[in-house]
Amino acid sequence: MELTTIVFYVFAAITLIAGAIVVFSRSIVYSAFALLFAFFGVAGLYVLLMADFLAVTQLMIYVGAILVLLIFGVMLTTRVIDVQMRTGTIHVLPALLIVAALAGVLVHVLVSTDWKVLPELFTPEETAPQIGTALLTTYVLPFEVASVILLVALIGAAMIARRERKV
Amino acid sequence: MIEQYLPIFLTLTAAVLFGFVMVKLNEWLGPKRPDPEKLSTYESGMEPVRTARERFSVKFYMVAVLFIIFDIEVVFMYPWAVSFHDLGPIGFFSMMTFILILLVGYFYVWRKGALQWD
Repeated sequence: MELTTIVFYVFAAITLIAGAIVVFSRSIVYSAFALLFAFFGVAGLYVLLMADFLAVTQLMIYVGAILVLLIFGVMLTTRVIDVQMRTGTIHVLPALLIVAALAGVLVHVLVSTDWKVLPELFTPEETAPQIGTALLTTYVLPFEVASVILLVALIGAAMIARRERKV
Repeated sequence: MIEQYLPIFLTLTAAVLFGFVMVKLNEWLGPKRPDPEKLSTYESGMEPVRTARERFSVKFYMVAVLFIIFDIEVVFMYPWAVSFHDLGPIGFFSMMTFILILLVGYFYVWRKGALQWD
């Protein structure tokens, strides 16, 4: 179990440091790139939580797709490389209130949760086969509805692309 | 559990080390005799005409959006593929329906010309 603890702190450090760079970096390109490592660290944490399917999804959707979209979005922006972002401090009081409220909720969850420790001989199963079986037997209707939603998204994207062309 | 991920960890470490070592070796061992021609931006042997730091075409964004949708489709295929043998023909045909519905969207996008570059 010692190794797991070390790996957890490594991934937690990757996530937190990358997240800090995302927030504090003055270049939006660096921020977008650091987000890659934040997403990657979260995927590692999912692995440690024995959610292997979620980890794969995190890598494929967030690192693979959302981030690519985000970086394209950055590159489409005018003169983005040379722009120095001004990260001034505004709205101190509302920000303090929100952060305090959020911290209160988090601390409450931390204190009130009954943290359970897995027994030593516990061997977790892989989640992907179970999810696959559940998705195609019990939840086959939501599964097919998901494809319809994706179809709607595809058609919507094509419509937007069509409008871009006419302009 | 965590031991299963050892191959992935080794691959990642090898990839990062390989990239780092190759760049650094080049830096340490390579001879450095710079001149203005060599220091100019490498543009596949062509004369650089203008800055590369300009706006990218919005067409890239369209490709990225379409990529995301099919990427999500692949995420659904992954658990299906893993438990394929337990599911039998019903699982197979459920997935085929899923793919068929998205295929309609694919043909729509295709006919609409969203896959065309210009």
